Amino acid sequence: MAIRNFWSMAAAAVGFRLVLVLFGGDLHLASRPEVSTPLTSIRRLAEGYWLKQASMSPYSGSMYHGSPLLLLVLGPLTNKRSVGHHDHIYCSLIFVAVDFIAAMLIRATGRRLQIARNRNLKSLELTEAVSNSVNVSAGDIASLIYLWNPWAIVTCVGSCTSPIENLMVVIMIYGACSRLAPLAAFGYVMATHLSLYPAILIVPIILLLGYGPDAPPTKVFRIKSSSASKTDVSDNDKSSSSRDVQQFLWKPVFHFILWMLFWTFYVLLLSSIVLNKVGGLQEMFEKYFFAEVFDFFRSFFLIVFNMNIVFMVLPLAIRLKHRPCFLAFIYTAIVAILKSYPSVGDSALYLGLLGLFANELAEMQFTFFLFFGYIGVSLLSPVMHNLWIWRTVLVVESGFLPFNSFTEIYSLLGPGGSQHKRYR
Amino acid sequence: MAAAPPALRRLLLLFSLLLLASVAAAAEGEEEEEEFTEELLLRPLPDRKALAHFHFRSSAPPSAAAGRHHHVFPKAIAQLVQQFHISELELSFTQGRWNYEQWGGYDPMSTNYAKPPGVELWAAFDLPLDEIDATWKNLTHTLSGLFCASINFLESSTAFSAPRWGFKLNEGNLRYGALPREAVCTENLTPWLKLLPCRDKAGIASLLYRPSIYKGYYHSQKLKLTSSQSFGIIIDQTLTVVLQPDAFRGQQLHSTDGQLQPSWSMKDLFNRKLSGKCRVSKSSRVFLEIEKDIVDKSGTEASWTNELFVLSTAPDRVLKELNNMDAQSSSLYEYDVSNYNNDKPLDVGITWKLPLIWSCTPAPYHANRFLMGSGNERGSIALSFRSTNLHKQLFGSSNDCSIKAVVFQVVPWYVKVYYHSLQIFIDGNSKAISEVVDKIHVTPSEDKHLPGTLEMLLRLPCSMESATLSLDFDKGFLHIDEYPPDANQGFDIPSALVTFPEFNSNRSYPETDTLFVSPLLQTFKENGVVKSYTEVLLVPLTTPDFSMPYNVITFTCTVLALYFGSLLNALRRRIGEEERELKKAAVKRGLIPLLIAKLRGKKVDPPPQGSSPTSLLSTKLLLKVVFVAVVAVSFHYLSNS
Repeated sequence: MAIRNFWSMAAAAVGFRLVLVLFGGDLHLASRPEVSTPLTSIRRLAEGYWLKQASMSPYSGSMYHGSPLLLLVLGPLTNKRSVGHHDHIYCSLIFVAVDFIAAMLIRATGRRLQIARNRNLKSLELTEAVSNSVNVSAGDIASLIYLWNPWAIVTCVGSCTSPIENLMVVIMIYGACSRLAPLAAFGYVMATHLSLYPAILIVPIILLLGYGPDAPPTKVFRIKSSSASKTDVSDNDKSSSSRDVQQFLWKPVFHFILWMLFWTFYVLLLSSIVLNKVGGLQEMFEKYFFAEVFDFFRSFFLIVFNMNIVFMVLPLAIRLKHRPCFLAFIYTAIVAILKSYPSVGDSALYLGLLGLFANELAEMQFTFFLFFGYIGVSLLSPVMHNLWIWRTVLVVESGFLPFNSFTEIYSLLGPGGSQHKRYR
Repeated sequence: MAAAPPALRRLLLLFSLLLLASVAAAAEGEEEEEEFTEELLLRPLPDRKALAHFHFRSSAPPSAAAGRHHHVFPKAIAQLVQQFHISELELSFTQGRWNYEQWGGYDPMSTNYAKPPGVELWAAFDLPLDEIDATWKNLTHTLSGLFCASINFLESSTAFSAPRWGFKLNEGNLRYGALPREAVCTENLTPWLKLLPCRDKAGIASLLYRPSIYKGYYHSQKLKLTSSQSFGIIIDQTLTVVLQPDAFRGQQLHSTDGQLQPSWSMKDLFNRKLSGKCRVSKSSRVFLEIEKDIVDKSGTEASWTNELFVLSTAPDRVLKELNNMDAQSSSLYEYDVSNYNNDKPLDVGITWKLPLIWSCTPAPYHANRFLMGSGNERGSIALSFRSTNLHKQLFGSSNDCSIKAVVFQVVPWYVKVYYHSLQIFIDGNSKAISEVVDKIHVTPSEDKHLPGTLEMLLRLPCSMESATLSLDFDKGFLHIDEYPPDANQGFDIPSALVTFPEFNSNRSYPETDTLFVSPLLQTFKENGVVKSYTEVLLVPLTTPDFSMPYNVITFTCTVLALYFGSLLNALRRRIGEEERELKKAAVKRGLIPLLIAKLRGKKVDPPPQGSSPTSLLSTKLLLKVVFVAVVAVSFHYLSNS
């Protein structure tokens, strides 16, 4: 069941963004630390581009900490200023387009997931579950959530580079869902290059490429097939049911790795061309890749936050290996919470992905409480910011802004468990 | 030598000493001697104040000739130059700000001796480029010991910079640092006086009566050192003070608009009279300078008594500035201190006959700097130029010309300047950067490592009235132990320096004595590129709040506990199995009912299949314990071997 007015609503969201960009004047969103962090700020990018134009390394002066490729793409646009609009209007227009593409890719991903889900339910002979459940088009919902999410709008208008990072993650997930190894590898390499955290998404990507999109656990299929073999002894039926159980396919994974190497090489080559006269790749590795965490609290950040992200990768992968898309969503949520410079752009991404599981999460409990709690905490965080200086809040915010997402994860995994039961 | 008898040894020693003395005497006879000169310049200022400028010069011939011995020249300075291979050094301690509008901005005094508040130090070294930073660090420590000041704060790489052309043209061997908040007091003056051969016991320095010179509006004490192989070491020690003459002494004249121009003499300014020169000084003179504007007004040839003013003592000589542009120019009245003694002390003074308003020549532009924006996160620095229409007086009123201005600015790293945000407004209209900026050189700041340096060559159109440059910045965050004791006061950004390379303020006076050139007038003659320093900016930064770390730790820990708890719970919970367990638990009896049943003497059925799982459990447990022990032993063994 598709949403009736999908296109008009999507167009309205894009139109709303354009209105904000073109006629909103300077909303001073770029100066909010929630919107643009030191790593994603386009003002810093403009500074890096200026330094590069003055034949200096863009990383000299601890201002710019982004990718050299972004300098290449967005840098020339930061120079142009048009009268009557805010400084980075051309970049903002690009971000509107980027957001739209990301929403469309989320929609396509949702459709693939939907098809896979319906096929699985059919093979488990739960056809009445298919027709009984609400069964809305998850892709449409997810893309509308992404387009109309206030966080995504603020990120898009507030001139920071997170829309591009988000697009790369979405490209990666879409590519993996539709088993397009080159696209998935491109998304993976670019997303990792832009912010390093999406590196952990390699686990769900390989699972997606190997096993295909989300399905109930293989155990369920085995029980089903064994029960089928008990009742019906015909060989024909047995073979058909065992065919439903997904085998791990090495071929797409192998392709993915090859393409990943190719894209890595390509990105490094491009970066080295960009940084040709100003220190080369070494400059990039020293000043950008591993300079994400500033000197302050360096060990604190590294251990408490970044290590926690890594700790959770393996247990979650084991627990959710049959649902790689959901696993990818959980990873993005964890990264959004624990990364050293969290922003609303990360929240926009995982909230957008959340919509993909609309059918599975339809029976989630305490949604009212969670939703309004989330809004309350989000409204509180600027107050916190005013009360304390920015850096302190940074630490607080990293837990506090998406505070409710903890409870969200909790309640998300709860229904995830009950889902298995229902399949059984 | 050690075996020689003591008498012979003493004789030998005496002989060698005699020989040395004669050689030294011969050397002194041939070479230039060490020289010391002392001079004082007095000048009435338009705003009822008076300027006094003390100038002491000591020079030493090239060190190879004199060996390590000096008789007039301060040994500490000679050692400093030798140790650190300094070719030029300038250290100034300043309290107060030079008022460019009232006291002039286009004369040698303002370009050479108007200094930014606090300490400013720059030095050029005669060393390979890679050794300079280390030498600078050692030099700052030495100077801080020599002058009882915290110059050692300039040691950290965040405090000094290496300008290439904005400050002074060099080949990378110059370092510049400024401490805008350094307070200047007598403890800095005393070591400075120690470098003079007569200290403040005799000669012109004896006028330095502390209560009166520290009462002034501007106080700048400077040490300039130049050294080269050919002419040795020269130190110029100058002290520039702007004082308010005691208005209630002497005759007062009321002008029509109520302004008073006080008459003053040395006695009023310093509470002392000058009774003779320092004996070792080669020359000792006092000058009284009368500005061009007054000379213009007095009309007649400059004499020491005219219809406008009268000097208290007849000068030994009157010097007129050599100026090819107009006939009238400033004049100097010279007094030779050697003609005066204790019985006949010198007390130079000026008494006004008529109320008089005059003005000093200003710099081509008044440069001001200020901060914009509010809050503790960001702001912008603005630099404004106001035209004084000097070029019209100097070059006529052609309006298509342009005036060059060089801006040199050092910003500490916690003021993170966005150089791309440079905006230029000329007469209120925004201009493209390329139209105005001819050349720009930026050294961007690095967090906790390097200050930002901006050197910019501007070309301002002559017709413009005002220009404003603005640069946005973000405020950085300091570590808790980097804050000074009074963090709420804010942090100072050192003064910017604006240079007008096309304007030269040098003044040359006719040489009266062919044998001896007055060092003061010599400095007036050379390198007088017009400079002006802007104000020091005070940036308030966020101050640490010690409840903060507590809050942060509490919040972070709470949130992480929630996160871990919920995630781990979700990871290990199996809903289906839990339900099965619940069913089992409903069948199984608890321990307490079991005990109660036993106490009542009832027989309890043993739980089915009770024994076999327990034995299995114990063997498992045993295996685990053995395994752990084996691991521990092997680890111990491996780590020991």
